[in-house]
Amino acid sequence: MQKKEMLAVEMINISKEFPGVLANDSVNFSLAQGEIHALLGENGAGKTTLMKCLYGLYHPDAGEIYIKGKRFNVTSPNIAIENGIGMVHQHFMLIPPFTVAENIVLGREPRKNGMLDQNKAILEVEELSHKYGLNVEPRAKVQDITVSMQQRVEILKTLYRGADILILDEPTAVLTPQEVKELINIMKNLTSQGKSIIFITHKLKEVKAISDRVTVIRRGKVIDTVETAGATEAGLAKMMVGREVVLQVEKGQAAPGEIILEVESLKAKDERGLPALTGTSFQVRRGEILGIAGVDGNGQSELAETLIGLKRPTGGKIVFNGQDIANFSTREIIEAGVSFIPEDRQKRGLVLDFTLYENLIMGQHYRPPYASGININYRRVKKEVQRLIKEFDVRTPGEDILARALSGGNQQKVILAREFDREHDLLVAVQPTSGVDVGAIEFIHNRIIEQRDNGKAVVLISLELDEILSLSDRIAVIYEGEIVAIMDSEEANEDKLGLLMAGAGNRKEMGGGVE
Amino acid sequence: MKSLSKLIVPVIAVIFGLLFGAVFMVIIGKDPILAYQVLWNSSFGSMRGFFTTLVNTTPLIFTGLAVAFAFRTGLFNIGGDGQFLVAYTATAWIGFIIQLPWFIHIPLALLAGILAGGVWGGFAGYLKAKLGVHEVITSIMMNYISLYLTSFLIGGPLMKPGPIPATPRIFASARLWRIPGSRLNLGFLLALLAALLIYYLLWKTTIGYEVRAVGLNPKGAENGGINIARNMVLAMFISGALAGLAGSVQVMGLQHRAYQPFGLIGLGFTGIAVALLGKNHPAGIILAAFLFGILSRGANEMQSMAGVPKDLIEIIQAIIIFFMAAEYVFTLILRKKKKKKGVVANVE
Ligand SMILES: Nc1ncnc2c1ncn2[C@@H]1O[C@H](COP(=O)(O)OP(=O)(O)OP(=O)(O)O)[C@@H](O)[C@H]1O
Ligand SMILES: [Mg+2]
Repeated sequence: MQKKEMLAVEMINISKEFPGVLANDSVNFSLAQGEIHALLGENGAGKTTLMKCLYGLYHPDAGEIYIKGKRFNVTSPNIAIENGIGMVHQHFMLIPPFTVAENIVLGREPRKNGMLDQNKAILEVEELSHKYGLNVEPRAKVQDITVSMQQRVEILKTLYRGADILILDEPTAVLTPQEVKELINIMKNLTSQGKSIIFITHKLKEVKAISDRVTVIRRGKVIDTVETAGATEAGLAKMMVGREVVLQVEKGQAAPGEIILEVESLKAKDERGLPALTGTSFQVRRGEILGIAGVDGNGQSELAETLIGLKRPTGGKIVFNGQDIANFSTREIIEAGVSFIPEDRQKRGLVLDFTLYENLIMGQHYRPPYASGININYRRVKKEVQRLIKEFDVRTPGEDILARALSGGNQQKVILAREFDREHDLLVAVQPTSGVDVGAIEFIHNRIIEQRDNGKAVVLISLELDEILSLSDRIAVIYEGEIVAIMDSEEANEDKLGLLMAGAGNRKEMGGGVE
Repeated sequence: MKSLSKLIVPVIAVIFGLLFGAVFMVIIGKDPILAYQVLWNSSFGSMRGFFTTLVNTTPLIFTGLAVAFAFRTGLFNIGGDGQFLVAYTATAWIGFIIQLPWFIHIPLALLAGILAGGVWGGFAGYLKAKLGVHEVITSIMMNYISLYLTSFLIGGPLMKPGPIPATPRIFASARLWRIPGSRLNLGFLLALLAALLIYYLLWKTTIGYEVRAVGLNPKGAENGGINIARNMVLAMFISGALAGLAGSVQVMGLQHRAYQPFGLIGLGFTGIAVALLGKNHPAGIILAAFLFGILSRGANEMQSMAGVPKDLIEIIQAIIIFFMAAEYVFTLILRKKKKKKGVVANVE
């Protein structure tokens, strides 16, 4: 009993079953006061489920939850919030047209004459943001601020409601490497002020960098809880996946063939109509991976979208297999042989309320073998889809589950299965491993290399330098909508790329010469 | 099990509608049991009554399907009445202007309705796809354009000289076969067929696949090479065509001529309620349309035999719709109940 009082949270024998999956199987978990406790596990292991049980969004089928030593039936988030628990979800829950301050105080807003007291709200938010070193702009509308600021708003929102136990569900998946560093500082700052944090991530580096203890979950069961200091990345990966994981990408020499994609001074505008691509040029050959490195917001999204026909370029050419596809529709581009892994898997990549089999035929749904005329042969579809699910190790009870019910990493595998399986010569992959576990990263990386070795061309757009460096045969750096340098990956290293990404090598000619 | 649980909310909504209706009757000093007996007997007491109910059901199946199909694409077709009227007029015109063998004349007259309604609906879809004008606004405006246009046509160029503002009667070759001695005609079968077809279209074909994808996540559909604009126009065309068929069948099966309209008849609006109660599923829509058919069939008899004002039926309908619209709240309560049970099991 005494010991319990020292724990911020204790969860005992928690079980939670969904139709067909035991998402949590007698899980024991504890969080000490002032601790940062990392929760590690494969996609679909049950991390989010466990945290939703703690936060009152799910009710466990069995088990006990103690908060600061007291037993609770957390039947709704209100109970969790009242007891000092705050959760920042993987997908934010802010109201875009509201200001930062309005979003933070929502539900507990200071009032004057029955109306929201704007000034007081802003003042309180400023005070709070100052106290914890969470820099936000209280008057800005949420729709106009960056993802990382939105995340800080989410954190402030929990703090405003008096949380001293914070659950951060994959907070770093949406951040750039620079922003991750900032977040880590924020987390340290929070614990130094007495907060306790549960931190879910797939990045072993982050676990090592910041957590005090790690709990590893595999297929709903706790494998172990260990002190971070005594654990190695390889050891953790092994615990997670249940076998040795090769963290280092192994790939042979590339054997580039003819040029298959030639992008020539491509221009495009961003959503607000401002120039985003200002004359981007590069070439890709069969059998090679071209990595495109850059700080977020330098035209990567626009480049990807013009390549797949979701955005019309305002100038320039995209010559693919000898024809200019710059003004092709997305369907024509897919038919010409381009596969695409989009940045945002939930908005772009999937129709969440479609079943897996419906999602897996998207883009091919009107063609044989899936369709003849206007008829879709769903029996055939399901057969093919079962094969894909097996081949790509999608963890799901069946093919007629809604995509929404899959865990993040498994959703990504569905997209991968679909895009790799269809006839194509070029793969455009944007952040293909964001939010997926180490086992899946290994799997995805190997599949991408396999693509290359089968003579496909790959354009890999990623914010993660590690990924770019380990996968690419050549690396292009994009800066303010222009490719400012292209080099063989042997010549590249993190520092050199970092400088170029920051604009130090502003002109192409200097590309090779930065030391 | 899963499909059964889908029935819960509509059934509760209907029960509540009838219960509230009963309460109203008690308040105004009428006997609800007698009234509901009359209501029941009006549809199920005689063959004739039953047939009339099916006659009432027919256009509601069409307009319910129309609303549902658009809704599956994420569009709200509130223009059913306008589409109904243009098709009604076009079909009547084809019906009286020329005499043809029935196996040509009937399909041709139906086609005229499909095209007229389809174009009327498709135009609203086109404005939405190309100019981003909201389809609710355009289809309401198109309702009035349709009303005045058809009213002008039927009362003017197409009118048969005489005391009644209506077109000439259509030729027998364009009339749908009736069960002798009743007004029930092949139109009802056509409505069932349309429901089957829409079911097939939605869940077995590429067309349905695409419109549903657009309805659920346009960005995701776009990423899969689906043309959003094209599908919006197509969905509104099909939706308009369905509402149009209600008009065609009205002429070909029931009235055998088109009467000058003096206002929107509201079948399109009732279609919204039918689609809502039927949960946008063809099978649900047939059932919902049948229920609304029973209610409208019984309204008059309830008034004359139980002294319950006709308007009460509309109140009942409104309450049903209200509860369907509040479904979200329902499911929330259901979920809470489940959670509570979980707690009890858990504490032991
Ligand atoms: N609402 C739900 N309905 C049905 N199944 C669900 C639901 N939520 C989660 N699951 C299933 O429970 C399992 C655990 O999912 P959970 O989201 O907890 O995984 P996770 O560890 O957070 O994975 P990821 O790292 O990919 O986010 C998965 O198999 C998932 O498909
Ligand atoms: Mg998760």
